[in-house]
Amino acid sequence: MKTESRLEKVLASGAMAVTSEVGPPRGVDPEIVRKKANMIKDHVDGINVTDNQTAMVRMSSMAAGIIIKQMGLDPIIQMVTRDRNRLAMQSEVIGAAAFGIDTMLCLSGDHPKFGDHPMAKAVYDIDSVQLIKAVKDMRDEGKFQGGADMKAPPKMFIGAAANPFADPFELRVMRLAKKVKAGVDFVQTQCIFNLEKFEEWMKGVEDRGLDKQVHVLAGITPMKSVGMARYMKNRVPGMDVPDEVIKRLAGVSKEQQPEEGIKIAVESMERLKEIKGVHGFHIMAIEWEERVAEIVEKAGMYPRPQV
Amino acid sequence: MITAEQKPMQEIIQYLAPYSKILLVGCNECVTVCAAGGRKEVGLLASALHLNSLKQGKTIDIKEITLERQCDPEYVEELTSYIDAADAVLSMSCGCGVQTIATRFKQAHVYPAVNTKFMGASLSQGVWAERCQGCGDCMLGITAGICPVSRCSKSLLNGPCGGTSNGQCEIGPETDCAWRLIWERLKELGIEGRYEALVDAKDWRPAGGAGPRKIIREDLAL
Ligand code: SF4
Ligand code: SF4
Repeated sequence: MKTESRLEKVLASGAMAVTSEVGPPRGVDPEIVRKKANMIKDHVDGINVTDNQTAMVRMSSMAAGIIIKQMGLDPIIQMVTRDRNRLAMQSEVIGAAAFGIDTMLCLSGDHPKFGDHPMAKAVYDIDSVQLIKAVKDMRDEGKFQGGADMKAPPKMFIGAAANPFADPFELRVMRLAKKVKAGVDFVQTQCIFNLEKFEEWMKGVEDRGLDKQVHVLAGITPMKSVGMARYMKNRVPGMDVPDEVIKRLAGVSKEQQPEEGIKIAVESMERLKEIKGVHGFHIMAIEWEERVAEIVEKAGMYPRPQV
Repeated sequence: MITAEQKPMQEIIQYLAPYSKILLVGCNECVTVCAAGGRKEVGLLASALHLNSLKQGKTIDIKEITLERQCDPEYVEELTSYIDAADAVLSMSCGCGVQTIATRFKQAHVYPAVNTKFMGASLSQGVWAERCQGCGDCMLGITAGICPVSRCSKSLLNGPCGGTSNGQCEIGPETDCAWRLIWERLKELGIEGRYEALVDAKDWRPAGGAGPRKIIREDLAL
């Protein structure tokens, strides 16, 4: 074991892992974090804490992560390279580890243009691949990015994102290979709605033997309505929502759409479980944390393994 | 070249409000090519300023001059014979020229008439696009001649990010994804294997991270 991470232990046991996420509030109330974490805690092996997602200012992922850690749970703190330079990110990783946080996700982050501070200067001192490498070098070599030795390195289980659907498609396996080379331990994928395309990508992942070097957690997002599906299809960069999904949601009454959305999610999970190299799921229930438990149960992933 | 665009008229008028004798200085280099501050634009701006002061019932005296290169002290020296007669200097060159004048003439009130934009190339008549941020350690040799620093919206050195949409950048369909372009060119050149080499975190010192930059060529310095 490289770390104390519960996610690492579950994955090492050969069991399918389940993670989900909590978006920190746009204010100081820690109860919001606790409430959201409590909704999902029994059904997941790790709780992603998003980092100023969609470039909107929120409680920091590290602070919200500490709140979750102090509940005795397992936060996975996300870190985007958009908002901090390499000094700030390394010190944050050390700080998080000092509070017992042992799992993180390295991301480049949405462009500030999408958020509520479009006038901000994006930092991008390093990119997500370089952040993976920096955290790995701290953990395994005891070295800061600048080259100096460090005492008591942070033991982080290192994650990243993978988007099999963004183009150029043919590059997407190579891009994962680069993250593997940089030292990533697991990836959570973009929400999967186009299963054929995902299978094609996984085939490429398997052909290169990458499935043996990195754990792939398949991204699942239940659709609340056909409106949400249309929005994701047309407005969210790098998202692939096939017309069948939209048709299926449009084919039931408005009241039935949430149930249909959950049904689609569970069916996808059943199918994805069969794919070699898929080692678990990452459920992104956007402002819908209260349904995560149900999805996990319906997909036959409950109870979670004790490790 | 360095590209620029004229400032909003209102801002220029505001700068000049306290003055009546203006030395309006253009530049024959980059800002001439991008039609922001050459001889022609100097003439146009002078007319617009005259018109404005007429409307306000004032008179303004404008001396027009366009230097060969405003960022070069040798040419800026030509302003010596006009500077004392002027209350203010309005420069139509990039920020480098404005500063060269301000440095040479300590007493002069100097104002910029253009916004200096970026180092770019001409795409077609009247269209310029950013191509370089002067990072001081050019990477074009490993990115098939397409700059990730200036052309990827996140300056990713191991791109593309997950936001690429139909080959365009996540910030909008009017911007090509630099990493899509890099990938396509690597493929065209038959060297796509190079994509997988990890690019290390960049040393930003040559890019300005070590403070204002300077080149000293011992072989040329007097
Ligand atoms: S790599 Fe640096 S020097 Fe080369 S074009 Fe890009 S910004 Fe300019
Ligand atoms: S879409 Fe392409 S150009 Fe835009 S930020 Fe991502 S990698 Fe860079």
